[in-house]
Amino acid sequence: MKKNIRFFIVGSLFGIVFLKAQIISWFRIQEMFRFQSFHMYGVIGSAVITGLLSVLLIRKFNIKTMAGEEVVIPRKPFNKGTVIGGLLFGLGWGLTGSCPGPIFAQLGMGVPVAIVVLLSAMTGTWVYGLLRDRLPH
Amino acid sequence: MPSTVQEPWPWYIAGPLIGLTVPALLLLGNKAFGISSNLRHLCAVCFPAKIPYFQYDYKSESWNLWFAAGIMAGAFLAMQFLHGDGHVAVAPALQQELSGYGINDYSSQVPVQLYNWPALLTLRGWLLLVGGGFLVGFGTRYANGCTSGHSIFGLSTLQWPSLVATVCFMLGGFLMANYILPVLLRL
Repeated sequence: MKKNIRFFIVGSLFGIVFLKAQIISWFRIQEMFRFQSFHMYGVIGSAVITGLLSVLLIRKFNIKTMAGEEVVIPRKPFNKGTVIGGLLFGLGWGLTGSCPGPIFAQLGMGVPVAIVVLLSAMTGTWVYGLLRDRLPH
Repeated sequence: MPSTVQEPWPWYIAGPLIGLTVPALLLLGNKAFGISSNLRHLCAVCFPAKIPYFQYDYKSESWNLWFAAGIMAGAFLAMQFLHGDGHVAVAPALQQELSGYGINDYSSQVPVQLYNWPALLTLRGWLLLVGGGFLVGFGTRYANGCTSGHSIFGLSTLQWPSLVATVCFMLGGFLMANYILPVLLRL
């Protein structure tokens, strides 16, 4: 637990930003998909640029982790699921206005019915696990 | 409390802070940012049912569940102390469209007229919360990542599969918001 508390702290800072920048807002997501507001594009775009520059700096100065290890970046494989799953998630994102992170934030902010969204998402993941071998990959 | 903290934060504050999660997790323990993996971990913990996809050492991934618990705690703190659920200023064109479906309450970041228990008994509410949630869980695991894992972490590390995934996320959301949701909200 002691070594995990740091991830809890980073998560809570992240949760604060989620709420304060209204990233968990269903309305903001609807505006994004209708091209009615720049807000979400600005958030995602500047987040990617910040992440990109950070990773470049880590590489350039060969910065090690706290434990002194080499930083390892896991590769994201490509398969048919990247496209089919991506489209299905996009449909769900447009409906609920939530990707997985915001579901946890909605629970924390006191939207009790968000538990239904979380349990449905877990069911979706479970059904994916069940059907995995029969789905195109 | 300065009013700038109480007001909703602009994108150029929020985006960089979110982007910093990528190096923070890498340097704190060589962890790749990605929240939807937690849906798999929760399934593995709660009902693995001998399905191979849920047979793995989820305990070694417990850091991510702590991260998710942190998100909940942060959201709670923002609500209690930082005026987290401030008025949502919604684009006039969207307001006009939503009022046609009887949605005109902007007191919360979620539309309270859709996100409530009785709404689950309506077809549109059920499809939105249960159907939408299912698609999020099924789709993110099938695509092997969500907005955080692909669109933030994957793009930050210049991985082209994540660019494909992000384009598909946006395309799915575009189709839903503009063509399917308007039909569902009239139900």
